[in-house]
Order: sequence, then C-alpha cells, then structure tokens
Amino acid sequence: MKCEDCQSNPAVVTIAETYNGKHTQLHLCEECAAQRGYINFGSGMAWSKLLGSFFVSSPVQVGQVGLTNNKTCPNCGIGLNAISHSGKLGCSECYETFREQLEPTLRRIHSNTGHTGKIPKRGASKIIVKRKIEALKTKLQAAVAEEQYEQAAELRDEIKNLEMN
Amino acid sequence: MSINELVNNSVVSWMTADGPEADIIISSRIRLARSLAELPFPHLLSEEEKGRLMLDKVEEAIKPLPHLKMVMLSEISDLDRNILLEKHLISPEHARNNSPFCGIITNNDGSVIAMVNEEDHLRIQSILSGLQLNQAYRYADDLDDSLEQTLDYAFDDQRGYLTACPTNLGTGMRGSVMLHLPGLTMTNRQTQVFNSINQLGLTVRGLYGEGTEALGNFYQVSNQITLGQNEEDILNNLWTVTEHVLEQERATRNYLWSEMKYTLEDRVWRSYGLVTNARVVTSNEALALLSDVRMGIVMGILPQVPNRVLNELIVAIRPAHLQKMAGREMDSDERDIFRARVIKDMLTKNIKEG
Ligand SMILES: [Zn+2]
Ligand SMILES: [Zn+2]
Repeated sequence: MKCEDCQSNPAVVTIAETYNGKHTQLHLCEECAAQRGYINFGSGMAWSKLLGSFFVSSPVQVGQVGLTNNKTCPNCGIGLNAISHSGKLGCSECYETFREQLEPTLRRIHSNTGHTGKIPKRGASKIIVKRKIEALKTKLQAAVAEEQYEQAAELRDEIKNLEMN
Repeated sequence: MSINELVNNSVVSWMTADGPEADIIISSRIRLARSLAELPFPHLLSEEEKGRLMLDKVEEAIKPLPHLKMVMLSEISDLDRNILLEKHLISPEHARNNSPFCGIITNNDGSVIAMVNEEDHLRIQSILSGLQLNQAYRYADDLDDSLEQTLDYAFDDQRGYLTACPTNLGTGMRGSVMLHLPGLTMTNRQTQVFNSINQLGLTVRGLYGEGTEALGNFYQVSNQITLGQNEEDILNNLWTVTEHVLEQERATRNYLWSEMKYTLEDRVWRSYGLVTNARVVTSNEALALLSDVRMGIVMGILPQVPNRVLNELIVAIRPAHLQKMAGREMDSDERDIFRARVIKDMLTKNIKEG
C-alpha cells in the first residue's frame, strides 16, 4: 500500500481518526506522518527530519541528555567545542540548540536581562505565529499519545491554518 | 560607481567637519549587527550554494534602494580595501577577509555603509561628522527597516537580534564617538575620566579600534551593553557621557590657556614648526605632532586651517592613502619622506585668509 499523501513511499503508519463523528483511517509513510505532526518516537529517520525543522530544542526532552556534549546543531552542524573555541555560534539556530549550555555564559555577559529594544516589524508577527505553531504541535503530540483523536484533528486544522498564512 | 568615489574622494561624510562640536568630536558612529535566520554565520559560510543564496537575498533587499549599491570585496584591490579601512568605513578584519561572499553596501558619501559577511551577515553602519548620534541612529535604523521588509532576521524576543558572537545579542547596536582629547591627556586626567566612563557601562579605545593605543590623542567611547537596554537608553547614556567628556576637555583647555599660556603656545608652535619643516616623519610621530597642531588651530593659537583639512590629514598620512596619492607602491622609508611633504602642503596651502 502506498502512502495516501505522497502516493509514492510505502505506507507504514496507520492513523485512525474520528472527525465530526466519522471514522477514517489514513495510511501514511513515515515522512508524511511526521509532516502532519504524528511523531513516531521509535523512528530515527522521522526524527532527524524533524530536527531540521521545528523541533530543534527537543532532543533533551526525549531522553538524549547523555549525548548533550556530542550534540551538534542540526542546522549548521557545529558542536559546542567549536563554539567555545571560536567564541562564535554557527547559526541562529545554535542559540536554540545549545540554549541550556549557553545559559551560564550569556548570564555572565549580559546579567539576567532580556531584550527590551527594537523588534523587527515584519519578523515580530512571524515569530509569534511560529511560536504558536510550535506550542500547538506539542499539544498535538500529547493528544495523539493520549489517543484524543478528535482534539488532535482540531489542533491539526489550527496548525494548518496558521501555516498557510 | 559609488565605491570608487569613496576610495578616490579625499573626504567622506564624517570628515566634512560640518557636524556639531566637530573641533573635538570627530565622528559619531552607529553599528547594527544583523543575522539572517538559519543561514550559517559568515565564519561557517563556505558552501557556494549557501553563500550565493545569502548574497541573492541581500541583493534583493537593496533593490528598492537606488542610493545603495553592493560591491564584493573580491572586486576591490588590496590597496583600495586599505583605503576604506583608513577612512574608517570598514573594519581591519573585513579588509583582510578573502571569503568570496564578503561585500560592502554603501551610499555615495559613506554616511551609510554596511559590511556584508563580516562577523555577522550584516553590519549596518552610519558614520557622521561631530556629535550626531541620533541622526546616525536614524540613518542606520531606516536602512535596517528597509532591509527587514525583505530579509528574515534571526530574532528572539528574549535575546533580541541573534548575532554570531553572543556579546552583541539584544539590540546588536554599538554606538561610538571619536573624540580628540589632547587637553585631558596632557594634564594626565584621561585615566580618571575613563574610569568613570567604564563604571557607566561604556568603554574607551584608541583610534583604530580594539586593542590600539590612543595615537594622536584620539579616543573612541562606545557602549558595552547591548542586552537589557533599548536603543534610546544606549544613545542617551552615550550622549550624556560624551557631553561630559567634551565639557571636561574644553574646561581643561581653558585652564591651560589661562594658567599656562606660554607653555601651551610654545608647545603647539613647536609641533607646528616641526611638522611643517620635517623632511622625514613616521606615522606615529605625525599623529602626535598633528594632535598638538589641531588643538593649536582650534584654540586660535596657530594659523587657521579648516577642520575638514585636519580630519583629512588624519587619514591622508596613512600608508594606503600615501601610496594612492603617489600613484605607486612605496616602502616605509619612502612613505616617511612623502608623508612629510603631504603634511606640509596640506597645512600651508589651506590656511584661511584673514
Ligand atoms: Zn508519504
Ligand atoms: Zn547552528
């Protein structure tokens, strides 16, 4: 059976949903399932895809704490050693990837302060939307895990709407 | 092409001396560090594809701004890069950088100039004559807004603008003022003044930036803090401190004039005599002598020469400018001879009538 989304990869995930009282079954490949927000924690491939997009800060949360020293930024590939060596981060995503590890250094440089200055005009609304999507995706994960498929469907629609704007 | 004008014109915007307090405050500079989201920072930007992508985005962003033009460093000769460095338009690191993705965005008079792929993807700068911090900020801020209409900046609401080096996080803004402080230095009061500046979160450095000594009694005062203060606070703080230092320098000069008139006159006339009669003069000696001469001229002791010419001299005596003017390469001995002639000419030919 082929994946119903991309029509090319073999479908390996079956998602049962109840939406508006209708029961549906969706057969998807790993990638497309991930794209719809269904995360298969057992799968390395789907996970690495996600690392490259929106779950940059998550590895620590899913039990990779022991690996933090060898951690590299999924966006630019740089590790903590290189960062502390050059004093420069590799890309903007590094700030997220190494959030915890950078914290003491940043506190030393800037005390315990937050940004109070200019905000990029166009970027600001984008940032808010991006944050919202991230929060919704976390909720969606939880909903799927708890098999709250109705709620999951609603969340997915909400995410879709935000992503389209 | 604007980059040629910047290289070839003897004066760029900050050198015009038409800003307020331009006799003592040489220039005001605002620099905004900006990164493009997700692209590797410049020190990791080596892949052709990503480098091109970055430049295409920037090219696209400046398209609606006809007064600006981007030129790649690779199209600029080593000599001309050093000319831009000596005019304080680009940093020493940028002048030396051989990455194919390094460039300069500039307007015609060098009042607005952005370094592309220096430490950060963009370093937007405005440099104006005299004490014009607010105006310089307005220019830099305007360009920042224009670019942001097209570019996706890396920004975090807690950490502000995300920069390659975490020390610039927040506003990414560095404001600096270059001051000529021979009075304070002569009376040994500069250390005391600078200590109080440091306590206010500002730093003091020499003429050519970090780690350089205060050649010619030129000092740069700039903000250190970028996170936790907004742009207005930073500007106000820097402004207040600058005004204070300016007052101290003026008070010291008045004191020297009223209490040590002959010592002061003797000193500036001697330096004037030396620098207009020397046949061989090194860069450091020239800067030291010209410091006295500048003070003597603006205090009305020496023959009057416009401040613009005095600013031009700071730059004209540097190696790249000398070689550009001579139209050939010169070793340091040749330059010392040529330098002596340039100074004499510029000082004596530009004496104001009456
Ligand atoms: Zn698929
Ligand atoms: Zn990175």
